[in-house]
Amino acid sequence: MQSDAQTVILDRSGQAATVRLAGAWTLPALAPRGEARQRRQALAQARADAAWDLTTIERLDSVGAQLLWQSWGRRLPERITLSPTARDMFALLAENALQPPPPPARESWAAVRRVGDAVFGIFDHIRDLLVWFGLLLLELLGLLLRPHRGPWREISAQVYRVGAQALGITALVGFLIGVVLSYLSAQQLQLFGASVYIVNLLGVAIVRELGPVLAAILVAGRSGSAITAQLGVMRVTQELDALSVMGISHAQRLVLPRVVALMIAMPLLVLWTDALALAGGMLVSAVDLQLSPAWFINALRDAVSITNFWIGFGKGALFGLLIGLVACHHGMRIEPNTESLGRGTTASVVASITSVILADAVCAVVFSELGW
Amino acid sequence: MAEAPWIIDIRGLRTAFGSHVVHDNLSLQVRKGEILTIVGGSGTGKTVLLRQILGLSRPAAGSIKVFGASVTQGSRQDLEQLRQRWGVLFQSGALFSALSVFDNIALPLRELRTLPADLIRDVVLTRLAWVGLTADDGNKRPSDLSGGMVKRVALARALALDPELVFLDEPTAGLDPTRSDEFVELIRRLHQQNGFTVVLVTHDLDTLFALSDRVAVLAERHVIVCATPQEVLEFDHPFIQTFFLGERGRRALEAEATAGSAVHGKP
Repeated sequence: MQSDAQTVILDRSGQAATVRLAGAWTLPALAPRGEARQRRQALAQARADAAWDLTTIERLDSVGAQLLWQSWGRRLPERITLSPTARDMFALLAENALQPPPPPARESWAAVRRVGDAVFGIFDHIRDLLVWFGLLLLELLGLLLRPHRGPWREISAQVYRVGAQALGITALVGFLIGVVLSYLSAQQLQLFGASVYIVNLLGVAIVRELGPVLAAILVAGRSGSAITAQLGVMRVTQELDALSVMGISHAQRLVLPRVVALMIAMPLLVLWTDALALAGGMLVSAVDLQLSPAWFINALRDAVSITNFWIGFGKGALFGLLIGLVACHHGMRIEPNTESLGRGTTASVVASITSVILADAVCAVVFSELGW
Repeated sequence: MAEAPWIIDIRGLRTAFGSHVVHDNLSLQVRKGEILTIVGGSGTGKTVLLRQILGLSRPAAGSIKVFGASVTQGSRQDLEQLRQRWGVLFQSGALFSALSVFDNIALPLRELRTLPADLIRDVVLTRLAWVGLTADDGNKRPSDLSGGMVKRVALARALALDPELVFLDEPTAGLDPTRSDEFVELIRRLHQQNGFTVVLVTHDLDTLFALSDRVAVLAERHVIVCATPQEVLEFDHPFIQTFFLGERGRRALEAEATAGSAVHGKP
């Protein structure tokens, strides 16, 4: 591509210098590294009153023309010979005189403003979440008053999507955590000769805390992001606007089914995760501590009170509500561009996991104060 | 390098989605420097054909050559080289929503990684001016633009690399008549100036008659006729009768006859 042939020929022999341009002045010719800079330097050597000869140029395109135009100071030299097409090309450049772009507005105190924006942003999020919660309660009331008009089919589809399809991953993670936890505690308990208490340890820890939190984190990552992305794309493709125009409420048709489905599926997933984690623990106890599975199950019944079970079960529903609300809230806030979609989905997962853990901490304090 | 007689050479093209055959034994050639318009009813596979020429989807059978290089069988490098020689205006604009208007147009130029920044800046500003936008618009985001402005930015981006071949998919759809006429005039002037080849897909008869050197009509799964607009009008086929010689077609023809007879001579 790159030719060694001279493209800028300076001739100083005559009375006034002439500059003859040759070769290709096109984008492919200028594309090799340093080529544009070299030619520009060569052009800069021409005298201001030089006569220009462009008739020997083989090909000229608008990028090449722009380069010449720049070096001429954005006007045609007084003495120039060129073909009609080239003249027209420069005429087009002259016609569209460049306005320099306005400098981007820079703000003093931008850092302070960012802090303030962040604080107000948090309040905005909280208010928005509360509004969604209120709308959801109203829709739930409506669902109870007129159950035949509820979006049951949609709810059932969502239960399948967020619940049934998550069985595999929650089982795997639950089982492995059960194995790890039981393996580590077995080593410690053996030191004290208190191996039998592994049942109490695993039972309470898994049923009350680990099961719900594990299931919630997995579901937040899996379904929370999916809900946000789905609603976000509906915003981008104007499907949300189409629903509004038809008078179908977003809260009823989009948010309610998802949140209700999560509130139904999450407790069941918690139960499932608990069972698999305990199975993992049971396996390790049998292998490591020679505690038979039959004895393990019997002891479990005494170790884990029914209160612990209901606390875990109830937390599942609460976490489902939180994940659903946060995911829908973030999905509805997405603006119609790709960057916002990516940012919104990330924010949604981070916020829902954080809110789940926050809620878990609050629950722990409240329930222990209540003495449950 | 021997100059190929055709810029685009499609032979024996067959496209099928499952059992639904869209194109069968379709052939189409595009000459260097001409403006060729592809027309056809909805569902005749105009957009599919365009995507196949661009190498975005593969036909079931047949060959497509652009600049003499095969799009269907060529290596990655060949395709890569081809893609620097053409520009595409997508129907919906397909602007990068994460980038400003200026960066959208500058992107293909910056991708070369060799041009000085101030040259890129001037080229982008010139492109913006070509399509009737100001430097101020360059700072806007695609989501802040109206439909017509998106079209114009997309054209500016398609022309950023000074392509030899330009694909325009419905360039005037969504523009008001005045803007549409300006847009057509703009394309015609840039075409005269830079001598690129244009492949145009349009439903707009005004655009079609104002710009086309030749018209290819897609129907019955292949190109039924590919000739000058006048010859196409004389071709006897039910689709052509309804498409061109309906109420709207006649109006566009009359307008073109009165306005264009003086200005728009055949080259």
